[in-house]
Amino acid sequence: MSVSRRGFLKSVVGGSVALGAASLTKEAKASKKELPPDAVGILYDSNLCIGCQSCMVACKRANNMPVEHTGDQKTWDNPIDLSGKTLNIIKMYKKGDKFAFIKRQCMHCLEPACAAACPVTALHKDEKTGIVTYDPSACIGCRYCEVACPYDIPKFEWDSPFPQIRKCQLCNHLLEKGEYAACCAVCPTGASLFGPVEKLRKEAQRRMLMKPGEYYEFPVNHIESGKTRVHKAKPYINHIYGLDELGGSQCMILAGVEFDKLGLPDVRRQSYVSDLEGVSKGLYKYVVYPVAALGGLVYLVKKRGVHD
Amino acid sequence: MSEARPLSSRVITVPFILGVIVILLAGIFLLKRFIYGLGSVSGMNDGYPWGLWIAYDVNVGTAFACGGYAMAILIYIFNKGEYTPLLKPAILTSMLGYTLAAVSIFFDIGRYWNMFNIFMPWHMNFHSPMLEVAVCIASYVVVLWIEFSPVLVKNPGVRRMLKVEDIEEKLNKVLFIFVALGMLLPTMHQSSLGTLMILAGHKLSPLYWSKLLPLFFLICAIMMGYCIVIFETSVSGVAFKNTHEFKLLTKLSGVIPWLIGIFLIMRIQDINARGALSQIFKGDLPGNMFLIETFLLLIGLIILWKPENRTNVKKVFIAAFCVLLGAGLYRFDTYICGFNPGNGWHYFPTAPELIITFGVISVEILGYLYVVKRFPVLALPSKNK
Repeated sequence: MSVSRRGFLKSVVGGSVALGAASLTKEAKASKKELPPDAVGILYDSNLCIGCQSCMVACKRANNMPVEHTGDQKTWDNPIDLSGKTLNIIKMYKKGDKFAFIKRQCMHCLEPACAAACPVTALHKDEKTGIVTYDPSACIGCRYCEVACPYDIPKFEWDSPFPQIRKCQLCNHLLEKGEYAACCAVCPTGASLFGPVEKLRKEAQRRMLMKPGEYYEFPVNHIESGKTRVHKAKPYINHIYGLDELGGSQCMILAGVEFDKLGLPDVRRQSYVSDLEGVSKGLYKYVVYPVAALGGLVYLVKKRGVHD
Repeated sequence: MSEARPLSSRVITVPFILGVIVILLAGIFLLKRFIYGLGSVSGMNDGYPWGLWIAYDVNVGTAFACGGYAMAILIYIFNKGEYTPLLKPAILTSMLGYTLAAVSIFFDIGRYWNMFNIFMPWHMNFHSPMLEVAVCIASYVVVLWIEFSPVLVKNPGVRRMLKVEDIEEKLNKVLFIFVALGMLLPTMHQSSLGTLMILAGHKLSPLYWSKLLPLFFLICAIMMGYCIVIFETSVSGVAFKNTHEFKLLTKLSGVIPWLIGIFLIMRIQDINARGALSQIFKGDLPGNMFLIETFLLLIGLIILWKPENRTNVKKVFIAAFCVLLGAGLYRFDTYICGFNPGNGWHYFPTAPELIITFGVISVEILGYLYVVKRFPVLALPSKNK
């Protein structure tokens, strides 16, 4: 009797370990995430950017962010990277006489790692617009979002006793007023272009097919504004960054220089969020496994008696 | 025969006073942290948002505090009642270790006044391993205090304070639930501490990133749990001249080589399966740390493999020490040395950050010394009357 019970226990334990291991190693299918119904985003075209940084000024004004001084000067806002004070930045890559600008801000991923990481849903992907927003009243300041973000976007206010996480929220507060992202609204060349993601994707694909040296019309500010500028097309790297990266994102980047040189990580297509979901769903099946395990343990301890 | 008795020696000793000084210093820096923000005392930054406190105090610290959990598995699941004398001191270190890890989390999180949001159902994100870790660690601290409370209420002073005469009987009636929870909760959050870093994705070296992280962290925690029991029993045995539990260590140490073996084979095969074996010999930080960890674990494995070595307390102690270092480093490196956010970020703990961690360790050691001297924890030879 006791032998058979022991055998039973063993097979149960062995079985669940095998099950757990199987679900851990099972490759999650790389299915492309669908866009939220009213998904909006930004298409940034490094080839059109002239580095005027008016988007940085507009961003600070629209989001009420403080100026950030780097070095000895105390006059100009001159951040060197995104920070708790800067949500959007234009950086320059330079090698010899070749140079390119790059805009860094939240990509508003389709499978945002920050929102998957956040224990208290302070970071949340809006079901309609897909904008990843931040709610300081929920945030506990654990900074797991910073660890999880593949693009190093969320930043923390290290010098404040009451810190917040800071990140681009695609001017969510302006959308309610019928306006849109301040950085795009001021961009003079159309390098930062706001709009529904579907249309931005088509526009990006159109630019991939352009013949370098020829003149084309480029939409400016908002892809539905009807305003355009004529630019001479420069050669593009044949890749739309953000279309497929880690499950895709609502912001996309085009450039004439390799993306890793612009500080963008070379990442795979499948998101790490899907890995996490595979593991946590496999192991915890919601609450069934832990509750079953607790039942088994209570039975065992009861049977053996509490050792003192 | 032996029985659990307080040591009844002096509490205020020279090491005790030194510890108090470190704790006071740490307190001053903590005050600074709460007035001027985290950046004023720590080297953490937006590239390395987690530093020493999360990597050591929480990740390594709670694994050091897995003695109670590891012994409970042996005693209740594998029905090895003979290890019971080692259980109580192990639960004491677990209780102190976990309590201090919870305190470390409290001063590490930026918005501590929102902390209770992790218990609010409308805020909870059930897919976040951080939620699981936070809720489980918080509950496990409570469970450990309850598990240890039968020892605490044996002290007449405590009993007078509580004003409940039959508290021991009442406790004994419900204790089995907490003993069971005491095995479930660590299994969940010790593995989740590994799951956390799955989201770090490409920022974590392929030598450390793995979908098996939860399994590796769990094996590590159990392995370190047994080793800390060996470490602590040998140190307190020598310090308090109480060597009669040493023969139990011989038997206990036989479990460890199996755990190391399983851990190393799975980890190396996992790296191999992802085609990243060549990274080991790249000569960079993650590669070198991998070699150091593996070397330390192998020393433990080789020493404890031979049954005759397990009867030698000194050799068992050295092996346990190597495993604690190696497995502790593995956990630390998964959070710091194997993590590289790119773009030139780097991290090194500042002096105040280190002193705060030393303060936390001091509280643990002083707490242990105080409790074993005033409460019946250690199994000592019976008094000859």
